Amino acid sequence: MDNAILPRNRAADPRMLEKKADWIRLETIRLVEIAKSGHYSSVFSCAEMFAALYYHTLRLKPADPRWPDRDRFLLGKGHAAIGQYPILAELGYFPEDWLDTYTRLGSPLGDHPDMNKVPGCDFSSGSIGHNLSVGVGMALAARLQQRDFLTWVMIGDGELAEGQVWEAAMAAGHYGLSNLIGIVDANGMGLDGNTEDVMNIEPIAAKFESFGWSTNEIDGHDMQAVLAAFDRAQQSDRPHMIVARTKKGKGVGFMETTPYWHLGFLGPADKAVAVAEIQERLDA
Amino acid sequence: MTIAELEKPLDPASWNIQTSMPKLTALTMSAELEELAERRPELVVLTADLASSNGLDSFQRRFPDRFINTGIAEQNMMSIAAGLAASGHIAYVSTFASFASLLCAEQVRTDLAYTRQKVRILSHHAGISMGFYGTSHHAVEDIAITRAMGHMTVVSACDGNAIRGLIRSTIDIDGPVYIRIGRGAEKPVYDAVPDFTHGRFRTLRDGRDATIIATGIGVKAALDAADILADSAPRLSVRVLDAAYIKPIDADAIRAAARETGAILTVEEHNPHGGLGGAVAEILAEGGIAVRFARHALPDEYALVAPPTHLYRHYGLTGDGVATALRTLIGR
Repeated sequence: MDNAILPRNRAADPRMLEKKADWIRLETIRLVEIAKSGHYSSVFSCAEMFAALYYHTLRLKPADPRWPDRDRFLLGKGHAAIGQYPILAELGYFPEDWLDTYTRLGSPLGDHPDMNKVPGCDFSSGSIGHNLSVGVGMALAARLQQRDFLTWVMIGDGELAEGQVWEAAMAAGHYGLSNLIGIVDANGMGLDGNTEDVMNIEPIAAKFESFGWSTNEIDGHDMQAVLAAFDRAQQSDRPHMIVARTKKGKGVGFMETTPYWHLGFLGPADKAVAVAEIQERLDA
Repeated sequence: MTIAELEKPLDPASWNIQTSMPKLTALTMSAELEELAERRPELVVLTADLASSNGLDSFQRRFPDRFINTGIAEQNMMSIAAGLAASGHIAYVSTFASFASLLCAEQVRTDLAYTRQKVRILSHHAGISMGFYGTSHHAVEDIAITRAMGHMTVVSACDGNAIRGLIRSTIDIDGPVYIRIGRGAEKPVYDAVPDFTHGRFRTLRDGRDATIIATGIGVKAALDAADILADSAPRLSVRVLDAAYIKPIDADAIRAAARETGAILTVEEHNPHGGLGGAVAEILAEGGIAVRFARHALPDEYALVAPPTHLYRHYGLTGDGVATALRTLIGR
């Protein structure tokens, strides 16, 4: 592994990034097969953004995961880590055969990411609602240390029901943290149904704006829109929140319409249907 | 406006939170952190709208860039501190012990302990030192809670010099530290800043007939009790240990106390379950050590409201109270 720095906003073909997103979906299906349980649809909703962040946007140094000037990426919705692990392995943070140990006894890779076990994981998560605050701390650290790294935090729309998110939003606005970028993966569903039915958190963007953030709202599956939003977020003079409207289970037809694939397992026949649908796009 | 100006229009009988601070001489956190910050550029301090109560406003004036006030958002403060520590800082967070240990238990466990961050929790006004402010402001479960967290170091200061000594001795620990602190009005035990050794009690007085292992305000009460017991019939020679480190605990000192004095009384301003007494009992039981033993703690219920000194007298956390408990334990 060389000591290369992957620069921020490096050239990437949008079509290639779309294929990466579908590859992430396939890898997620493969790893759930090991655990016999997993969060398929929570990854599927943010797969395009994972691909854009890791293969285009973030400044990274896989050979030195704790490099002080790297951009940080915190996955507040830690249950989507299963989609992050294959990317980190492919970028060289850890051997690809670690993936085959996913969730097995002693594996570094659990359902939720552990920063002390997973190279490339910038902070542990699992308890929803903490990581935007942690990101505020990292953005403050960058300012104190006069470093130019950016801190990105992806949270879920269901996560917005946690009060601590709003404490963090208030603090980021108060401190004027232009080096902090949030992404709400607004897939519209939690475990028990539609977010708006369980606990309505709309209007999301207006709420963040009222806390002093700039915002924009995009289709989180439209790669051109994702790239444009990521670019714009880096230009903001305030903390910036991207509200990405997504579909939970996006990319596999029978998963897109129901919340029930938040956690589950695909039997062989259903798995074959899901894989074939994704593979068809990859082959196109 | 200076403090002197703020004081000017006041009747001498009046006070406010600003003018009362100089009276709390045992709240030494700010002085110690200001000294350390001079040579440790990575040191940052956070509080949640309590700088005027814990004296950290002094640090704020001297190091404004390295002081972060999160407003009344303690959980946010803990997680922000985690982000700072994960980026190379040593973060000192400070709030009332009840909020640090109970309101923020999950952030402390998941964001600080599990991830092993260099965050030091200055947990002041512990125990029942908030007196008549009541149960919401009392912290009598915090030793049990933090002791049960992996990677967590738990220390407890008995006076202002001990606070300084414990901040110094724990600054480089890899992982979070819970520093239990009183309200700042504690009578001095140490006349200078003591050198604490990681995981060791300090022997304040040697004795043959019994050992009192005390922490926090219990240390002064234990010393007073030792005086009382030495001067009243039948005279007793009592060893007094300051359990400044509760986790890791000084198992050697506990075993020696059992072997050499035959009786151990623990004293703490905490619920009887899971605190210092529980920790000492674990060492004794696991060592198969038969010794007369009692926990002198608060009852397993919520304290009455009263001025703190009245509460300490009521619950026996005074020299007299501890002396009585020790005589009861050893039957003479």
